Amino acid sequence: MTEQGGLPAPKRRDIAALVIAAGLFVLAALIAWDASRLGSGGAYARIGPQTIPYVIALCLAALGVWTVIEAWHGDFPEREPQEYRPVLWIVGGLLVQMVLIKFVGFSIATGLLFAMTARGMGRVSLPLALAVGVVLSAFVWFMFARVLQLTLPAGPLEQLIVQGVDLVTAPFQTMFLGTA
Amino acid sequence: MMQTIDLLMQGLAVALQPMNLLYALVGVTLGTAVGVLPGIGPATTVALLLPVTYKLDPAGSLIMFAGIYYGGMYGGSTTSILLNTPGESASIVTALEGNKMAKAGRGGPALATAAIGSFVAGLIATIGLAFLAPWIVGFALAFGPREYFALMVLAFVTVSAAFGESTLRGLVSLFIGLTLGLIGIDLQTGQSRLAFGVLDLMDGVEVTTLAVAMFAIGETLFVAAQGKRAPETVEPVRGSLWMSAADWARSWKPWLRGTMIGFPIGAMPAGGAEIGTFFSYAAEKKFSRHPEEFGKGAIEGVAGPEAANNASAAGTLVPLLTLGLPTSATAAIMLAGFQQYGLQPGPLLFTSNPQLVWGLIASLLIANLMLIVLNLPLIGLWVKLLTVPKPWLYAGILLFATLGTIGANPSVFELGMLLAFGLLGYGLRLFGFPIAPVVVGLILGPMAEQQLRRALAISQGDVMVLFTSPISATLLIAAALALVVPLILRARGRGRVLAAVASDGD
Repeated sequence: MTEQGGLPAPKRRDIAALVIAAGLFVLAALIAWDASRLGSGGAYARIGPQTIPYVIALCLAALGVWTVIEAWHGDFPEREPQEYRPVLWIVGGLLVQMVLIKFVGFSIATGLLFAMTARGMGRVSLPLALAVGVVLSAFVWFMFARVLQLTLPAGPLEQLIVQGVDLVTAPFQTMFLGTA
Repeated sequence: MMQTIDLLMQGLAVALQPMNLLYALVGVTLGTAVGVLPGIGPATTVALLLPVTYKLDPAGSLIMFAGIYYGGMYGGSTTSILLNTPGESASIVTALEGNKMAKAGRGGPALATAAIGSFVAGLIATIGLAFLAPWIVGFALAFGPREYFALMVLAFVTVSAAFGESTLRGLVSLFIGLTLGLIGIDLQTGQSRLAFGVLDLMDGVEVTTLAVAMFAIGETLFVAAQGKRAPETVEPVRGSLWMSAADWARSWKPWLRGTMIGFPIGAMPAGGAEIGTFFSYAAEKKFSRHPEEFGKGAIEGVAGPEAANNASAAGTLVPLLTLGLPTSATAAIMLAGFQQYGLQPGPLLFTSNPQLVWGLIASLLIANLMLIVLNLPLIGLWVKLLTVPKPWLYAGILLFATLGTIGANPSVFELGMLLAFGLLGYGLRLFGFPIAPVVVGLILGPMAEQQLRRALAISQGDVMVLFTSPISATLLIAAALALVVPLILRARGRGRVLAAVASDGD
């Protein structure tokens, strides 16, 4: 949370808050435009699928005006300076995972996310974090995809795991089948 | 009365089946383990662990969920006692006295009074839930669309605008959630809204994706952006875990008082567990024979608020189960958990699926019992979890956050939404916007719209119909008061109290 209470903040115009207000206006316009192309849904319905969107758009615009007023008076809470380098590491990690997951499978893509997040949050060795991340993700993949039957993208590493496990459990399976 | 006991017994029979006991045990353990992690409240815990329950049958899944919920609440109090950064906003008060006690070497009794207080409160409040629920269900069966709509409007206001730092920012959060709720196909006419022809948007925004993004990713980004500020130290638990006779004597009344304060607040659509903890703290400070100890580690200041916290957590299940009305982010995610099985909580669920509902209520009792048996002996393990270094901790959180999202819907687009909403969550935190109204708005918005359209279809478009029913008129007036009164209080400089009970993490 940002700082609350404490000393009364020096009154100044808050540019960032004005940007938020602009965002609210754009959102309101977008909703209204989208609603304007909807059919009303029959003669009976005086209130159709477009009614509530219009109401929400109107409220958002009103909140935008209110935000402008508060921003103008400097009523928004003080913000502490932010460090963007760690944020970029983490966002980068999420992007890398998103792009690669279809091709390299869950474990490697998520291992990369793990490593980049750890690197962003503190001083850790990237190769170590990557190794930990891939092993941990592979274990998690096995637990969720094989044991809990969740659908998770598989890649070369996952196929290797499945084959490896099959190889180990094959004798037992034939044993069970044999006795059954 | 007798019938309730009868139904509760049947519920216990369901909950005591070996498989269901196992689910409850797994839920309680996972919930505590995740809830203990710093910066993770019950809402995040529940959202992160939802995928674990995907492939279970509905009863088993909800039972595990109940365990996760109670476990997450318990874990949060451990964090706030041993670490001065509460994992959940409902534990802020616990941190006030609990952390002081831990610093003074009395961490053991602080943890014990929190655990036993949570147990006592959970027990009484869950029984309260069992007896209150049938009564409200009987009442709610007479509710029509307009009464439901009015009730949802009241919930919107209390969740977003009534408490917290600012009416404006609460309402903006709510309307962002309502906007997200518009996305997808309109159920009555089959037209798509705000989907812009994108196929993945036709089904709407998943509540779990939004919750995980807002809470887990947004929080991680926010913590990362704070850099190395506020070094955290874990207070070692020195000495005995046991409470002395004096500790017991000073604890039992606050436990009961906390329960009495917390449960009704949770049961009313007032949103969040935080409010009760603050009232309880104020009450204990007033009643205590040792008011001078407050601020220096008074055990009453841990016992009361912790009990209030758990009692109101059980209380939020009253509107959720009986009316289908989520009044906190955690309840919203639990509602999503029901919906994945096509179950809609509400009065009808009590008649159509009594075994499931009563099994769930009974499992809450069992989860509560498991927590007290498990947690005090395992406290060493939870303390170890607290000391996981930040980089590994958050890397692990992101691993599980993305796992849950693609587990629910294996698509790259879903991961993109996770990132986008995560950045939104970071932005909201940065500017002091509350998170819970976004999540509640997303799930409750479409439900409210549906009820309103039904009500107006019956009245052939006459809006006045909302005010001709005494129940709906009363609820709408209450909503208007909940919006206007805090606004006046804040304008007259009395907003501090409201800011103190800001509902965020829960």
